[in-house]
Amino acid sequence: MGFLDTLLGRTKPVQPKLDDLFALPSAAITLDAAEGFRPTGSGSVCFRPVEGRSFADVQKEVQDLLNMSSGKEGGLPVEVTSDEYGFTWLVSSRMSSELEALVADLHAVNSSLVDNGFGPQLLCTLVAFRDDKERRLGLIYLYKRGTFYPFAPLSGERRNNALELQVKGAIGSDLKWEQDLARWFPVWGAPGL
Amino acid sequence: MAARTRYAPDRGLTVRMGVTIFLLGLVFVAFVAAIIAIGTAYHASTAGIALITIILAGGFAFGSLFWSDKIALATAGAREVSPSESKEAARLHGIVDRLCALADMPKPRVAIADTDVPNAFATGRNADHAVVCATRGLLNRLDNDELEGVLAHEMSHVAHKDVTVMTVASFLAIIAALLVRIAFYGELFGGGRRDNNQNALPIWLVLIAVAAVTYAVSFVLIRLLSRYRELSADRSGALLTGQPSALKSALVKVTTQIGRIPTKDLRTAQPLNQFFFAPAMHLSGGGSSKLAELFSTHPSLERRLAELDKVQQQLSRGR
Repeated sequence: MGFLDTLLGRTKPVQPKLDDLFALPSAAITLDAAEGFRPTGSGSVCFRPVEGRSFADVQKEVQDLLNMSSGKEGGLPVEVTSDEYGFTWLVSSRMSSELEALVADLHAVNSSLVDNGFGPQLLCTLVAFRDDKERRLGLIYLYKRGTFYPFAPLSGERRNNALELQVKGAIGSDLKWEQDLARWFPVWGAPGL
Repeated sequence: MAARTRYAPDRGLTVRMGVTIFLLGLVFVAFVAAIIAIGTAYHASTAGIALITIILAGGFAFGSLFWSDKIALATAGAREVSPSESKEAARLHGIVDRLCALADMPKPRVAIADTDVPNAFATGRNADHAVVCATRGLLNRLDNDELEGVLAHEMSHVAHKDVTVMTVASFLAIIAALLVRIAFYGELFGGGRRDNNQNALPIWLVLIAVAAVTYAVSFVLIRLLSRYRELSADRSGALLTGQPSALKSALVKVTTQIGRIPTKDLRTAQPLNQFFFAPAMHLSGGGSSKLAELFSTHPSLERRLAELDKVQQQLSRGR
């Protein structure tokens, strides 16, 4: 924020960074090879809905678009859930091997929100992984930062921090990691995880 | 571009805030010029008095800015909380986490004040030293959407660096107030020497008059600036969450609840007024008085709701 914006009390809404999301498929291969975590095929986009008709129309358009493309390939329809904080999660479910198609789905949501001027409402995207021991892991992409962080929930709102750091180390520089650990916020009960 | 029109700033508000800041600067320049003029007219060492005042005022302003987070937390009786210690703390942290991610801001510290008065404040000299505090009364009364609206308003104060801006703006008033006292006590204790110019008014009287006028004018301007900053924070907060109606509902709830609680308990909170979400104490019973509005730190409820109506229209505008 510039000096003048501070003086006049203005904030510019932050536009999302979308491109770094495409690093995910190759990072997933590294993750599988090093730690045995595989994508579950489920991924979601989380955003803060805006009140009023205009945003509702855009959201409906996105859902129809995704349902149409997944319907053609015999996939499941998009699931829409709202969390306790009032954020909306659009969950897309694909086959475990179709991570690239999943990322394309997620990107479709992003770009339609951005194209309609609602880019600042995007919060994060989550892609779910699981290993043979049924441990859960989410890789979360922060739109405003263009960075990733791992989230490994245990039962009872606890986090497996050791696993999270282990995953970060294993994937290494394949993903742009969020360096400020204070921003690794938990998303308890995120759909699809 | 669609994005630009939907999140455009309120130009009228920007212009009015700019004019207020300009006028404050103008008063400051006039004040300094008057001090210099008095000094030359009386061949006296007003420069010495002015210098001492500026150093004292500067120290005071710097101290209150540097320790603003600690001072505010101590005054409000608030305590910093971690997400794991209670359900309420987890809820507060959850909302703040999401707002920070939306606004791309570093996460401030989060505190809860153990009082039933529903209110919230944010302070700290910059985003890295910021604290956001909500009272238990606020957490009990508001649902998640409304609480998010209030916290978005407070986070906007942090983003706009309002504590710094208001401290700098108040600097002039502090100098003027101090100068009145120094001139007054200087006359009481140093009364022995007499000016050679017997016909003119005594220098301390002129100094007090100039400082008093400066104080009065800058006080009104500072309060005006404070009200504009509140409107800006409302606006930025509502744009951030995309839910102006939730903030409106929170405003109505908090304002009416505060009105219902006896004023006696609120007196302790009054020094913090400038940083609160809603003023803890009104100057007069009837909120409609024009004079009361001139001196208040926050705009009237009606004015704030009207500004949020504008945001609502802006967000629901078609492509």
